[in-house]
Amino acid sequence: MEKIICACGHENPFGTKLCEKCGRPLTEEEKNQKVLDMRYDGTAIRSKTRNKSIVDKIWNFFSSVKVGVSLIFINLVAASIGTIFPQEFFVNVATEAEREIYYEETYGSLGKLYYALGLSDVYSSWWFQILVGMLGISIIIASLDRGIPLHRSLKNQRVKRHESFMKRQRVVAEGSITEGDSSKTLDLVEEQMKKLKYNVRREGNAILAERGRFARYGPYINHVGLIVFLLGVMLRLLPGFYVDESMWVREGDIRAIPGMEGYFIENEKFILELHDNEKTEAQIQQGVNAVAKNYQTNVKLYKQPDDALPGQTDNLELVKEYSIRVNHPLQHEGYSLYQMDFRLNELKGMNFTLTNKETGEELGDVKVDLTNPQKEYVIDEQTKVDLLGYYPDFSGFKNGEPQTATSNPNNPAFIFKMTTPEKPDGEVSFVAIKQTIEPNGDNAYKMTFKSVETRNMSGLTVHKDKTIPILFVGGFIFMLGVAIGSYWNHRRIWVEQLQDGTIRLAAHANKNWFNIKKDLTAITEYAHLPQFIDQVEKENDEEGQKEKEGDNTL
Amino acid sequence: MNKKRNRSITRGVILVVLIAAIVYTVYSSATKDKVELLQVGDEAPNFELVDLYDSEIKHRLSDYEGKGIFLNFWGTWCEPCKKEMPAMSNQYAIYKDQGVEVLAVNIAQTEFEVKNFIEGLGVHFPVAIDETRDVMTEYNVDLLPATILINPEGEVEKIITGEMNEQQIASYMESIKPEQE
Amino acid sequence: MSLIDLSGNLLFVAFIAYLVGTLLFGGAIKSNKPDGAAKRADNWGKLAIIVTIIGFLAQLGYFITRWIHSGHAPVSNMFEFTTAFGMFIIGAFILIYYMYRLTALGLVALPIALLIIGYAAMFPRDVTPLVPSLQSYWLTIHVITAALGQAILAISAVAGLIYLLKAVDPKVKSRGRFWLEAVLYFIVLVVGFIVVTVIFRSMGYEAVFNYVDKNGAEQEIIYNMPAVFGMNDYVLLTDDVMEPIAEMPPVINAKKLTVVFWSFIAGSIIYLLIRLITRRRILAILHPLVPKINFNLLDEIGYRSVLIGFPVFSLGALVFAMIWAQEAWGRFWGWDPKEVWALITWLFYAAFLHLRLSKGWEGKKSAWLALIGFAIILFNLIVVNLVIAGLHSYA
Repeated sequence: MEKIICACGHENPFGTKLCEKCGRPLTEEEKNQKVLDMRYDGTAIRSKTRNKSIVDKIWNFFSSVKVGVSLIFINLVAASIGTIFPQEFFVNVATEAEREIYYEETYGSLGKLYYALGLSDVYSSWWFQILVGMLGISIIIASLDRGIPLHRSLKNQRVKRHESFMKRQRVVAEGSITEGDSSKTLDLVEEQMKKLKYNVRREGNAILAERGRFARYGPYINHVGLIVFLLGVMLRLLPGFYVDESMWVREGDIRAIPGMEGYFIENEKFILELHDNEKTEAQIQQGVNAVAKNYQTNVKLYKQPDDALPGQTDNLELVKEYSIRVNHPLQHEGYSLYQMDFRLNELKGMNFTLTNKETGEELGDVKVDLTNPQKEYVIDEQTKVDLLGYYPDFSGFKNGEPQTATSNPNNPAFIFKMTTPEKPDGEVSFVAIKQTIEPNGDNAYKMTFKSVETRNMSGLTVHKDKTIPILFVGGFIFMLGVAIGSYWNHRRIWVEQLQDGTIRLAAHANKNWFNIKKDLTAITEYAHLPQFIDQVEKENDEEGQKEKEGDNTL
Repeated sequence: MNKKRNRSITRGVILVVLIAAIVYTVYSSATKDKVELLQVGDEAPNFELVDLYDSEIKHRLSDYEGKGIFLNFWGTWCEPCKKEMPAMSNQYAIYKDQGVEVLAVNIAQTEFEVKNFIEGLGVHFPVAIDETRDVMTEYNVDLLPATILINPEGEVEKIITGEMNEQQIASYMESIKPEQE
Repeated sequence: MSLIDLSGNLLFVAFIAYLVGTLLFGGAIKSNKPDGAAKRADNWGKLAIIVTIIGFLAQLGYFITRWIHSGHAPVSNMFEFTTAFGMFIIGAFILIYYMYRLTALGLVALPIALLIIGYAAMFPRDVTPLVPSLQSYWLTIHVITAALGQAILAISAVAGLIYLLKAVDPKVKSRGRFWLEAVLYFIVLVVGFIVVTVIFRSMGYEAVFNYVDKNGAEQEIIYNMPAVFGMNDYVLLTDDVMEPIAEMPPVINAKKLTVVFWSFIAGSIIYLLIRLITRRRILAILHPLVPKINFNLLDEIGYRSVLIGFPVFSLGALVFAMIWAQEAWGRFWGWDPKEVWALITWLFYAAFLHLRLSKGWEGKKSAWLALIGFAIILFNLIVVNLVIAGLHSYA
């Protein structure tokens, strides 16, 4: 791989477009251009310098901006595919088989295809992760390949540049000064540049004034931020970094918090508040009766003593009391508990009255606490009710025995044995909602259902995410880099006074040419420099002129 | 030439690290759902539960060191739990003297229901209620019935989810029976 | 006058001011005749920007009074958000105007803002109470920053549109001519939507239906336009109105489809009328109207607004969004459709910047990209909110 030796004697790496030292164009292409390509200040992009082993080939692939932009677009399309139908995690069905049916039933054959292709869970698919990962690699390698040479070149800038470099800049000026003493021109330029907050370097008869060089680092800084962010996202997969659990707690219950060892939560009260506004037009159109105002669970957080074992819950210590609301999670030691869901009015207690069927005489009330049913309820010496069976979610009989489908009191059923002075041997009755069975024939007494007590249930999620600080740092670096790269610009002005006292000037800005032209106007006036011209604009104006002529033929 | 080789090595290392990171990410997110907190060979987490009938008796796992523990999680609504219980009771009667303990842990139901159920079935083995679901959470029990076999060394020997027949129960108890001196 | 009435009046004043401003910007087009027209145009331009600023201040007044009245930043439903988006576009235009002093921008920016505000007014306008998840100061911070970012990005599309109106030759058949005409046709469709909504609203058209939603529950729905498409298992409850022609499956909201249908019909009629009366493409009508402008300047404005808008958008639509999501739901990212489309918008503008920096995509290519970017923003505003259901859906 040969070096390129410039006319000034400097050795440049292969692939360099503009001499690192004096700025002379080194390639035929550059020599033929009216205005030089200053993108990376003409340095050799590392990947373009050699192309040999397989490692280099892979490296060069990821270094290419074309590949990077393609990866951006591929990721963009892949991400959009996931929004065609709802993703699996938005679909409320439990099993895989149900999910398949859901997609087919709701979205027809397209939905079936969507599910079959795995598009219903795009974002956790292996290929989507690989695509994001490839974009990450591209960001890293492309930044390394461009950032390092650019940094070197900006650091080693020469003040004096070759004529061919100066003349091929976009904004140039050449000529003698318009008035005053030419020997003072450079001093005037320097003075004014400093006033405009430029860093000015002077070597003999040449000046390099530079401002906002750090803006060139903006893109590289934001890429670092993105990489830190992606790294944080990756770290979540390591054990211990991330907890995501959900739980239900009924009012009055204490539950162990999943994922948060040694901690327990008591649901004191769940509160649902509604807005008391008049129905809005949108509500009427959508048939919504009331809009929720607040979902809140008042909780007590407990901790086991340090030496306690799981299951030992007799001496829990109260850690804190808190009202968990949406947007106001309970936070403790890196864990957060969020209000996510609720169920209202689950049965908690049922009140019955022991009644004589014929006379309607009431012998007494029985209150069954469903969270702690008792074996017997004594009314007086001769009257009592025994509870022979309790089935919280009665689902029918099997072999003559009542069954319960779950442990939740959705459809409670009881077997009562009623002992009364009239029937001292007791009468058995099976009582369920809207159903009474008297297995031993016609009873004289019945348990008349009176009223219920209910309680609410809160759905909470438990989160711990140790990667948040990393993500935050990544996001911050990214924003910093983007802001630097977008809101500042790098401006350079080269001025050289030739032997005969005439001035040669060239200016470059990585963007926002209007700013640098304003600066140039100021210097031109102050130091009476020859008027500068924008070579690109001139070119386009010539083209524009042609078009205007075309217009006139209308 | 050296410089060139060094650069190639640097590039190679960077690429390998980056690609390894992606492979790891894809692999671990693909296997994420399958990783359970509790695995065979782990030390069984210690716990303590109060006996259903005698609040003075505390079933503490570490107190049973040297014995095989047949830890069964169940609920009254769970049909297979109910079916396997008589067999458990029978086999417990046989293996009790050979150093195997059974503990049937009910998931947060009321005392009335649990007693009613156990008495209705006429089975005999220690029962406890996990009121706060603490032990259940610790053992990462999801579906019932779940049985965890703990060997005399206090390690998880096997995790069984679903119904067991009497023959299986016998062989499981056999497998955690301590060596006779 | 109550605060909310005042607020509504201020919005109306703003609307009128933008309308007048558009005309004045039209008057500011420079002609080349050497009769002092240029100077007159300058005066028109000055007047136009003053009227625009008055309109902007009036709308700011609307925004603030509505905020005070409702107790939360008025960005919580489709009407409020879209109106605010229109206001931010005007704000971004004023910002860019004072950077480059290009009156031609107003000629496109103002009508676009007018259309957006007009579009917003077609949605229910009353103050909606906030559901718990929206009760956070992040609503204000996240939504306003995101909308501001989008508005600044929109200015690049404005510059791009002017660029293309001038650069695409309406007399030569080309792909550019076809697609640019398609863009203009789309704008006419939006006008069509506003026209049909206003017509049927002034007629007080109403048809009530019962239908079965996708969860199998019976629901009631009110159509404000003749139902072309009926909801799943619909039963018409109103007398003397049109029966739907076709019934839709439960996943498709037939009411919205009906609205799209009528907008399409009305917009197409308007478009055809324009074509028939003028016997020219809209592009051909607009092309000579666009003043002679320095292409470099337009290109620079387009690029600069992306540069200014991109960080604001990143901050509002991604960073703040993630912080809020972390606080409200305990996860900073949930792949909600709106989130995904914000990410897509962000990726797209990232690609825009890379193509420009490294591949030298300037001028026409850059202008087209700016238009596509704005299309993605509108897609996120309209389609994602109204069609794809998610946490962010407003209606």
